[in-house]
Amino acid sequence: MSFSNEQLERYSRHIILKEIGIKGQKKLSAASVLIIGAGGLGAPAALYLAAAGVGRIGIADADRVDLSNLQRQIIHGTNDLGKEKAESAAESMRAVNPETRVETHVCFVSAANIGALIAGYDFVLDGTDNFPAKFLINDACVLAKKPFSHAGIIRFRGQLMTYVPGAGPCYRCAFKEPPPPDAVPTCSQAGVVGAMAGVIGSLQAMEAVKYFTGAGELLTGALLTYDALAQEFRKIRLPRREACGVCGSNPTITAPFDYPGAVCEVAP
Amino acid sequence: MVAPEESMKIIVGGKFKDYPEGLRLSALIRQENVETPEYVTVALNDDFVEAAAFDEIALKEGDSVEFLYFMGGGGE
Repeated sequence: MSFSNEQLERYSRHIILKEIGIKGQKKLSAASVLIIGAGGLGAPAALYLAAAGVGRIGIADADRVDLSNLQRQIIHGTNDLGKEKAESAAESMRAVNPETRVETHVCFVSAANIGALIAGYDFVLDGTDNFPAKFLINDACVLAKKPFSHAGIIRFRGQLMTYVPGAGPCYRCAFKEPPPPDAVPTCSQAGVVGAMAGVIGSLQAMEAVKYFTGAGELLTGALLTYDALAQEFRKIRLPRREACGVCGSNPTITAPFDYPGAVCEVAP
Repeated sequence: MVAPEESMKIIVGGKFKDYPEGLRLSALIRQENVETPEYVTVALNDDFVEAAAFDEIALKEGDSVEFLYFMGGGGE
């Protein structure tokens, strides 16, 4: 395929970059990303990836837009209150870039459907708000050999890492298993600065763009942490864990599974 | 006379800190006021340490310790 004049103009700031160019932009056009969660992290990631000209983007979320979301979920507006988040997000993405094919998945992501969901996409972006979902995405992606970006935010802190099959540790290598419910605070209990979702969600979009274009180095084998109070980023080296339950040498997890309470209690 | 406790320099979260020589990892976790210490992941010199070993490991000069925290937010 070749780009129209309009497309050349739309993507000109990418095309001018030697790390992307026409070749990289074509890779983005041919790429597909599944964003799980149209919330704080998913909002900027979905907007930037749509704007970037990613060919096809799936957005999965079972929730509806709530007033308390709008402080950070910039893909939704006040007029979207009560709408399905996936639909509201898709409208914003299509408004930014009608060329991107947006697919909505209005569902809770669970062990029963995650395999089929991720199979349709090249890269997965975890924008969920709870540990059972984060471990489910990790396990399903590791088992399906699917690259994905993990991220989490709380208060003034955020962190992210990227899993690429055969290139470093998975989320479970570092964090083993979800903490018991309520042992570690969530954003609704502890709060989060809206811009934190913008910073970390945008970094996830950056990882996806770099994965597809091959530009630079990914956060494989590293956890990038951001402390907004100190205004400090740190890249912490992450080893693989030989005994990891899903990607180690003798894995005990051979199929995705739901942790108790994951489905009824929280939306992805 | 009791000999003054020897101190060592270790790197905690990327910053050099002075601690008494031979400090146990479990004591460091307490002294650094690690949040929800029962759920922290510890990497010592780029290797994960099992929680069961926190009490046994004596830190040495130049050791680098990282605390990795659960962050579960992002969606809602």
